Amino acid sequence: MSELESTVGRSSVPGPRTEDDVFLSVRDLRIHFDTDDGLVKSVDGISFDVRRGRTLGIVGESGSGKSVTSLGIMGLHRSRRARITGEVWLDSDELIAASEDFVRRQRGRKMAMIFQDPLSALHPYYTVGAQITEAYRVHHPVSKAVAKARAIDMLDRVGIPEPHKRYAGYPHEFSGGMRQRAMIAMALVNNPELLIADEPTTALDVTVQAQILDLIRDLQKEFGSAVIVITHDLGVVAEMADDLLVMYAGRCVERGTAEQVFESPQHPYTWGLLGSMPRIDRAQTERLVPVRGTPPSLINVPDGCPFHPRCPYADIPEDNVTRTVRPELRETVGSGHFTACHLPQEERTRIWTEEVEPKL
Amino acid sequence: MSLLELNDVKVHFPIKKGLFVDRTVGYVYAVDGISLKVEAGQTYGLVGESGCGKTTLGRAVLRLVDITSGEVVLDGTDLASLPDKDMRTMRRRLQMVFQDPLGSLNPRQNIESILSEGMAAHGIGANQEERREKIRAILAKVGLPSNALSRYPHEFSGGQRQRIGIARALVLEPDVIICDEPVSALDVSIQAQVVNLLDELQEELGLTYVVIAHDLAVVRHISDVIGVMYLGSLVEEAPSDDLYAAPKHPYTKALMSAVPIPDPTVEEARERILLTGDLPSPANPPSGCRFHTRCPWAQPKCKEERPQLREVGEGHRVACHFVEDIESGLLQIGTERAAVVPAARTEQDAVEEAVAKSAGTKAALEAEDAEAMADGDADVTPADARSEAEAESETESGPAASDADEAPASDADETSASDADEAPASGADETPESAAPAETAPAETDPAETTPAETDSTESAKDSSARGA
Repeated sequence: MSELESTVGRSSVPGPRTEDDVFLSVRDLRIHFDTDDGLVKSVDGISFDVRRGRTLGIVGESGSGKSVTSLGIMGLHRSRRARITGEVWLDSDELIAASEDFVRRQRGRKMAMIFQDPLSALHPYYTVGAQITEAYRVHHPVSKAVAKARAIDMLDRVGIPEPHKRYAGYPHEFSGGMRQRAMIAMALVNNPELLIADEPTTALDVTVQAQILDLIRDLQKEFGSAVIVITHDLGVVAEMADDLLVMYAGRCVERGTAEQVFESPQHPYTWGLLGSMPRIDRAQTERLVPVRGTPPSLINVPDGCPFHPRCPYADIPEDNVTRTVRPELRETVGSGHFTACHLPQEERTRIWTEEVEPKL
Repeated sequence: MSLLELNDVKVHFPIKKGLFVDRTVGYVYAVDGISLKVEAGQTYGLVGESGCGKTTLGRAVLRLVDITSGEVVLDGTDLASLPDKDMRTMRRRLQMVFQDPLGSLNPRQNIESILSEGMAAHGIGANQEERREKIRAILAKVGLPSNALSRYPHEFSGGQRQRIGIARALVLEPDVIICDEPVSALDVSIQAQVVNLLDELQEELGLTYVVIAHDLAVVRHISDVIGVMYLGSLVEEAPSDDLYAAPKHPYTKALMSAVPIPDPTVEEARERILLTGDLPSPANPPSGCRFHTRCPWAQPKCKEERPQLREVGEGHRVACHFVEDIESGLLQIGTERAAVVPAARTEQDAVEEAVAKSAGTKAALEAEDAEAMADGDADVTPADARSEAEAESETESGPAASDADEAPASDADETSASDADEAPASGADETPESAAPAETAPAETDPAETTPAETDSTESAKDSSARGA
């Protein structure tokens, strides 16, 4: 099963592909945690590629494994309890099997992360400037003065006014949006080629969110980095992402370019997400179309398709297959568009165009 | 008469200082003069960013915080002046659903105990048996199994806990339910379930809601009338569809355009106004219009005179001196306050935007004392910005084109606005004199307007060069 999925993953890169084009390649990544209650399969076989200059959006509800995936890529799971298998190729280096020291040297330099809550990601005891300087000096053998100039330059770059003054400020003296900017400055100080933004704007107000998203996009253009945006907000990914990966219960249920997924979504869960979100650009509809039930526990993931207890179409495929066989990620209409669903292709297209889309 | 009416409600929190004697050194103007009406059977949505006072206002209605001045009239009774004892009995008619369902349910009480406590206090149901019957009926209504009665809050999922919170409000048969961020702690798919539940209950029981939320899409979905708050006051109020179709206040415009839409095609095609800077502190609010420090259309008048809510269309109230001028395109957007992201983003746009933004952030931060009230003359920015000549010309052409896009839509609004008392006849839109609101001085017309603006910009240029040195 795992081999199958990983081969599918390998051939899955949309469009032409050269070796140096793909910067990050994740192959059949599994991250399980041993707990007293049982084995939590947070991430259970996930594969994707991110190319330089492109943005991948990972969408899913809480507990779908999206953050665990990102921490896994960064190598931040190395506790005794985490069992990690699979491959993470970062620019021709494999990270899962690599030494901890090697991963540490990559982290912050080649790949960096923006967290959801900047107040807990920044150290309250040190000034913002000191923290950015430290991040720079860890990877560059330069004097403090040079690092300071670099940090001030970064603060200026992310739009913090009076960076000379703010360099000496503490995180609590910054507003929410400014803190998030400071953290972005810290993440970008080493010009990382891969930037992972884990719910970068969830804690922020919409007007500040717009500023931050714009900033990330501009910086990506400037540095040509590969970006992964992890969020539960479909609006944010629509704005940011070139490619999209929808996660459910630790697995990928749908993957494709943003246009493919938004215009002809193939998986019933993606339909559910789209139907659940009220949109401000459409006239008030009668009712939202929510997904019934609640997300499953990752200790007891349902057999077969993990979505079947909540899926309104689970009874359409014959022989009870949705309850017994786990669907594999298969290419559907349009190249590079993958779905893990037992529904026959024609049936899915019919349901989407006739039943789901008109109600959105 | 409206079921719930707020008249000039103010909630000011004193800032205390001093070791032995508490001295009041200032006030946080959390809610600063809000008047609104909530009709029976309708939903009033309050939106705004964090720190704008929407939660405080909701709590003030229930008198969970002290009201500094003003009236809260429920069905003819002024709650603000009610003695505590009477207020307690009154609270049966006003219930609240909180944001964090786990935090608002006592972990050591089972569901029956949680739900019947309020009933017993208000004398609903003769005995526990009767109350239990009623609770069962309500639980079924909110979609919880009846065996929930003997279970504890931690045994439920987030969505179910929120249903318990709603049931707790419902058992007292309230007239008004105040929902403070009812779905923001829930996952997207669960959010939709709870929103639908609120809708269904309203239809079935004829409830009146005041929904407080920061998620504009959710508020739009459930509200009939929406009020937009900024720094303690209402800046705009309109029927939900009107507000979203044609936001009039600059802040509402920016807020609406900041909400991402889950559709890449729409997302690329629409124009956005990016505000710079942060919300000012409510302890030290800006003079005049609270929004003038961040408003891309701000004029000298905005700094001096606080605009009142005034009617500009049917049920559409806006607190802005220059709504008509903005609608007619007479006032151009000022680039030092906000960057307009035009529909099709090009490489060059991004550069221009970054330049305008970095300059704008600085301007916004010092806007309090800076004289930068200019009408967006790009001359203001270069002094302290690294903007090149071509970026500057980009800046000028960008907003101009965007205004042209807006023009056809605003024409239609102008017609409806002409019904309002102050607005001029719609035919006269072209002439700047008549487009200016009645209370503005005649000196506000086009030629006169540019003069103070120019002096302002030179001043601020001096300012910023002084800063640079």
